[in-house]
Amino acid sequence: MSLDDSLGIRVNGEHRRVMGGISLVELLNELGLDPLRVAVERNLAIVPRSVFAETCVEDGDDYEIVHFVGGG
Amino acid sequence: MTAQQDVHADTWTVAGRTFASRLIVGTGKYKSLEENAAAVEASGAEIVTVAVRRVNISDPSQPRLMDFIDPKKITYLPNTAGCFTAEDAIRTLRLAREAGGWNLVKLEVLGEAKTLYPDMRETLRATEVLVKEGFEPMVYCVDDPIAAKQLEEAGAVAIMPLGAPIGSGLGIQNRVTIRLIVEGAGVPVLVDAGVGTASDAAVAMELGCDGVLMNTAIAEAKDPVLMAQAMKAAVEAGRLAYLAGRMQKRRYADPSSPLAGLI
Repeated sequence: MSLDDSLGIRVNGEHRRVMGGISLVELLNELGLDPLRVAVERNLAIVPRSVFAETCVEDGDDYEIVHFVGGG
Repeated sequence: MTAQQDVHADTWTVAGRTFASRLIVGTGKYKSLEENAAAVEASGAEIVTVAVRRVNISDPSQPRLMDFIDPKKITYLPNTAGCFTAEDAIRTLRLAREAGGWNLVKLEVLGEAKTLYPDMRETLRATEVLVKEGFEPMVYCVDDPIAAKQLEEAGAVAIMPLGAPIGSGLGIQNRVTIRLIVEGAGVPVLVDAGVGTASDAAVAMELGCDGVLMNTAIAEAKDPVLMAQAMKAAVEAGRLAYLAGRMQKRRYADPSSPLAGLI
C-alpha cells in the first residue's frame, strides 16, 4: 500500500490506482461498467455477482472483467 | 404428417429447450451492430453465438451487443472461439455463465490458427470437465462419426461438425461423414462452419441435420440482411426436403410423361 492510501491493482492487464477501501461494485462504477452485464475474475477466481457489493478491492488484486461481444 | 407440412410446427429440442428456427447465427464480423441486429431478425434465428472478451476500460460507453440484440428474446450461446486449450475454454465458459447465468454453451477448442481445425483431444477433455460442472455444451468438432459418438458419451448436448474450415465458405466437404454422424447421434447434430451460400445450408438440412450454425456466410455477403433471409429459406427448404424423402437417383433418363398413348 502506498502513502496516499490508494491501492495498486490490475484491470484487464492494465495497472490502475484506486481509493483504498472500495468495494468491487464501486470499482465497476468508477470504470463506468454495469455490474449486471459483466463477469469478474479476481486473482483467477470468479467472483459471483451476488457478492460484488461485499467484495473489498485489495492492493495487488488482478481483475479480468469480461462481457459478451459479437462472435461466431 | 399433414399434406401441407407446417415448417414452424417442426421444432427441435436441445438440452430441454425447444426452438422453431433451425438456423443459429453468429454475431461477428458485421459492419455495425445495427446491421447485425437486422440480419438476425431476417434470419429468424432464435439463438445467436456470442464471444466473451475483456470490456474496454478506456471507452466503456461504446455500443454494446445487448443494446441491439435483446438476450431476453434471443438465446445467447456463449462460445469459446479463440481458445486453444481445454483450460482456456473452461475458464471462458465459467465467466460466460457468470455474465449470463445459463449453462447452454458452445464449446470449441482449436488446434491451430491456419485451419482453425478443432483439437479433439482437448475438446473431449473440456467436454468432460464442463459436464461435471453442470454445463450443457454444444460441441464444435471434426466431421468424424467416432469422435462425435465419444463427445455424445461425454455428455455433449449437441454435436456440431464442421462442413469446411471456419470462415472458408467452401460448403459441405464430406456429405458421407455428416450423414453418418446424423445417423449415429442420439443428440441434435448441427453443421457448424463452412457454409458459404444458401445451397450449402440446404445440403446440411437434406442430410438430416437438426440445424445449421453460420456467421461469415451472412456477415460477409454484399447484402447481409438479404443473405440472412436466403439462409432462413434454405434451411426451411432443406428440412422439408429431408422430411419429404428424396427420389432415388438413376443413372439414365426416365420420362415424366406416359409412353402409352403416344400418337
